[in-house]
Parts: sequence; C-alpha cells; structure tokens
Amino acid sequence: MATATLSETKPKRTKKLKVSHTVSFLSALPWIGPALFLIILVVIWPVIILVRTSFTDISLAGSLLDFNGIQNYRDLIGNMDLYPVLRRTFFWVFGIVFFTIALSLPLAQLINQNFPGRRFVRWALIFPWAASVVMTSMIWSWILDAYSGELNLTLTQLGLITEPVDWIGNPSTSFLFLMWVAIFVSIPFTTFVLLAGLQSIPNDIVEAASVDGASSWQIYRKIKFPLLRNSLLIATIINLINVFNSFPIIWVMTKGGPGYDTDTTITFAYKLAFIEGNMGQSTSLGVLNFVLILIVVGFYLKATKATRTEV
Amino acid sequence: MKKGVTPKRIATVSGAYLIAWIFVYPYINMFFTSVKTRDEIYAIPTTHFPKVWKWSNYVEVWREAPIWGYVKTSLIVSISATLLVLAVSIPAAYFVSRYRFKFRGAFLLLVLATQMFSPTALIIGIFKEVDFFNLLNTYLALIVLNAGFNLAFGIWLLAGFFSSIPVEIEEAAMIDGCSRVQALRKVTLPIALPGLVTAVIFTFVSAWNEFTIALTIMSSVDKKPLPVGLTSFLGAYDTAWEYLFATTMIAIVPVVILFIMIEKYLVGGLTAGSVK
Repeated sequence: MATATLSETKPKRTKKLKVSHTVSFLSALPWIGPALFLIILVVIWPVIILVRTSFTDISLAGSLLDFNGIQNYRDLIGNMDLYPVLRRTFFWVFGIVFFTIALSLPLAQLINQNFPGRRFVRWALIFPWAASVVMTSMIWSWILDAYSGELNLTLTQLGLITEPVDWIGNPSTSFLFLMWVAIFVSIPFTTFVLLAGLQSIPNDIVEAASVDGASSWQIYRKIKFPLLRNSLLIATIINLINVFNSFPIIWVMTKGGPGYDTDTTITFAYKLAFIEGNMGQSTSLGVLNFVLILIVVGFYLKATKATRTEV
Repeated sequence: MKKGVTPKRIATVSGAYLIAWIFVYPYINMFFTSVKTRDEIYAIPTTHFPKVWKWSNYVEVWREAPIWGYVKTSLIVSISATLLVLAVSIPAAYFVSRYRFKFRGAFLLLVLATQMFSPTALIIGIFKEVDFFNLLNTYLALIVLNAGFNLAFGIWLLAGFFSSIPVEIEEAAMIDGCSRVQALRKVTLPIALPGLVTAVIFTFVSAWNEFTIALTIMSSVDKKPLPVGLTSFLGAYDTAWEYLFATTMIAIVPVVILFIMIEKYLVGGLTAGSVK
C-alpha cells in the first residue's frame, strides 16, 4: 500500500529519479539508519521478547529462562475465563467499528456542506480527538455516575426513571457504555478522514450529474460513495487496529470488572501479567492478539479486494 | 448548491449544531464540575450548573496533588520525544522521497508495520526491555518509547511533503554552491514548514496523552505524566472530582487549541496520501 502510493503520486519525477538518483543501501544508511535503529529498539525488540517469553516459564521479575515449548499456550487454552473474553472482544471490535463508520459517513457528508458555523462544528469534533482518552473516559464515568451524574439527573427530571441506575456498576449496561465511549472517541478521526475523501472528489463530476437530473441521494450512492472507497478502507483498517488495541477506556471506567465481565483480550492480557503475575499465559495471549489483528485486517483487505493493487 | 432558507436546510443546520453539542458537552460538564464546591458535587439531587462558581479550585489543586510534577514530566517527555522524532524522521523522510535505493520498499513497509503494533499489545515486551536496560522510572525510557511509536506518522507525513516539493529548487541551490544538507536546511525545510508543524503538534499531543506505557514503567509518584497521575484522584469512595476535572481542563485545553491549528493538514498526514 505504502510504496505504491508514494511513487504513484508523483509519476513524472519518479521516472527521472530512477535514472539519476538510484543509490546503494549503504549510502542510504546515514539518513535512514537512526529511524531503523529506533524502530528495532522500540518495536522489534519487544516483539521478540514477547514471542520468546511466550515459550518460556518465567515470572515478571524473574530472569531465569526455562524453555517449556507450547505449555503456556496449552494453559491459556485451558483457561476457561478466556472464552467469554474472546466473545466479548469480537462484539467490542466489530460493534464499535461498525457504528463508528455508520455514524461517521453521514456526519462527514454533513460537515462537508456549507452552513453558518460549520467551522465551529468541525472544532467541536476535534475535542474528543485531541483530549486524552483517559480524561474523556473519566468524564463519562462521572456523567454516568448513579447519584451525581448528569445522565441520571436528566432522565429523572424527564420522568423516565424514578430510581438512580448504576450504569457502570451493572455488567449488563456497563459494557454497552464502554462501547459508546469508544465510538465517541473514534468518530472524530474517522469523520475527518472521510471528509478529506469527500473533498478530493472533483466538483465538476457532481455538477455534471446534477445537471443530468440526478437526485442528491443518487449522486451520493452512485458517485460519491464509490469514490470514497479508499478513505473508507483506510478509516476502517486504522479503526480495527485502534479499537482492538484499546486499553484506557476499559481500564479507567471498570478495570475490566467486576471479575472479567468487561475485559477484552487486551485488558485481560494486562491483568494476567501485571496483577496476577502470570507471564506465560499473558505473553501467549499477546501473541494470539497479534495473530488475531493480522487475521482481521488481512480478511478485511481481502474482502474489499484491495490486496491485489495496494499491498 | 441551492441557497435560501428551506425546512430541509434548517433541519440540516440544527442537526449539525446538535451533533457539535453532543461532542463538546462532556467537556462542558467537565468544566462545570471543576468549578463546583465539594458539597455541591456530592449533593443529592445533583445540579446541572454550579450554584457557586468556586474558581479557587484551579489554585488549590496545585497544593492538593503533585500536579506540577505531572505537568513537568509530561512537558519534558512530550517535548523531548517530539524533538527526537523530528531529528530522526526528517533525514529518513527526505531520503526516501528523493532517492531510490535497495530495500527502500522494505524500509517503508517496516515503518508502516510499526503502526500495527500498538504499545498496548507489546506492553510486556516493553516492560522487560526497559527493565533489562535498568531504565524503569526514567524519563529517557518514556521519551524513546514515545518517539519510536510516533515515528511512522512523522516519516510518512514528511515524505509526502518533501515529495511535493520540486527537486529542481534544490538543484538550483546546489548549483549556487550549497551542499545537499544546506539545500535541505535552507530551501526544502522552510517550504515544508506546514508539514513540520503538523508533525510536531501531532507527536506532542500523542505523547502528552500516552497512557499505557507510562502506567506500566513509571511507578514513582513524582515522575508520573498527567494521564497516569490523574488516575490517582480516583479514590474508591471520595474522589475529589472538582480537582480531578480542574486538572484535566488544564491538560486538555492547550492540546485542543493545538489540534485546531493544524486541522487542515492533520487528515492528509494521517492517511499519508493514500486517500487520493
């Protein structure tokens, strides 16, 4: 995806550069070396430690490495707490990404129109994007608080509830509200990506269709939406990765509790390692997490048939 | 498009305002809570607006919690990580946009792949590595890690900007006697300024908001950055919500303003030209 794009944007110069500026890898090293070093140090090294630890018998503090094959993976599979967490992770990822995209599409269309105050509406959308997710989760915890929260206050005044409802304390509602907060923080980025896509659609195509008598829904359905395909693809992939790896919302609002009732595989892996000290199962779950995200993204790319041209 | 006031248009505009309200409302609620008195916060029934505006919360909070320590850590780490990202990504982005070389595609793919690895998924590996270097509870570890995970964005964004600057401008400078590095510094970088500003703000805000790594490797109280330090306000029974939200307001307002400043370039950078 990456290489193709960079060279495609400037086809003319690429051709010229190929002739006059092809250099050896060694002479590139002083320029790209520091970046390469940083990536290896910060990303590749932890990956190797994670994978190696998943095949050893070791505690978080312990330095003794004792190879024990796939025993950690067997323990993990035998851990009955894992399965509800896996099922919940599935709803978490697909529920949040689906609603984020479904809400962002009309929203991008809306803020692409001209109306007084449009700039302020766009600025409003930037708040949840720029603010720390930790802090956004805290304010939602407070709004949803049973006795002091705005939600119950408003619902009581409207006469919709008579007793305060503990939205976060009750596992049947808390997970839905966690998902809502995740959708809330995902929409701004997604909307802006789709907005950029809408803005790159040439105006004359839309005008031509309009002159030919197409309704605005037809224009959207037949012209704009197909042209949004790339933006939609990017937004969906980035959301899949972000939502799958999402940690602060659950950690701040419920810590995955009560028990494991609101955990996803990410918070479950964190708990296994840093609260229960079970490094073996935690690291094997970490590896499983990465395989899962690869499968999801790979499957999505295949489903949209983008693999052929873009990777 | 058609102008004039039609019912449809009124519905569209009010819909837009309503949505804007939904997205800003939690932060307005945060602000109101930050100026309430403790009694009013725990009053039943609670109130929509503060009855008494207790602005002094914003002064008291600095005494109530080690906020200055949190702010100091956040500033040191975010600024250093941003400088490190710039120092490393400018040469890399410049070179990949100007030259073809062996493994160029592999390098770019590696950069892109780092976006798939979130710090959260790798946290155990990160913890063990930092422990191995004996750097737990140090600014250095947090700086390097934040820089590493924001590098991909910096390289992609800047490479896009450099590619859009005609190579002839640099060649002209070099004919006039500039070296390659001088041409980059005196000609290309000033033209790419919007890209540099965007990379700086984005990296800064991202490091400013980072939570998981800091939560895991910074355990000493005086070295926690803001997002982690704030969680210590969350007590089981008597959370000091007014202080908590006074602090979050202090942390949020500057970064929202920074983000609004780069709104125009942000999306183009994040999607790295793939949208077009």
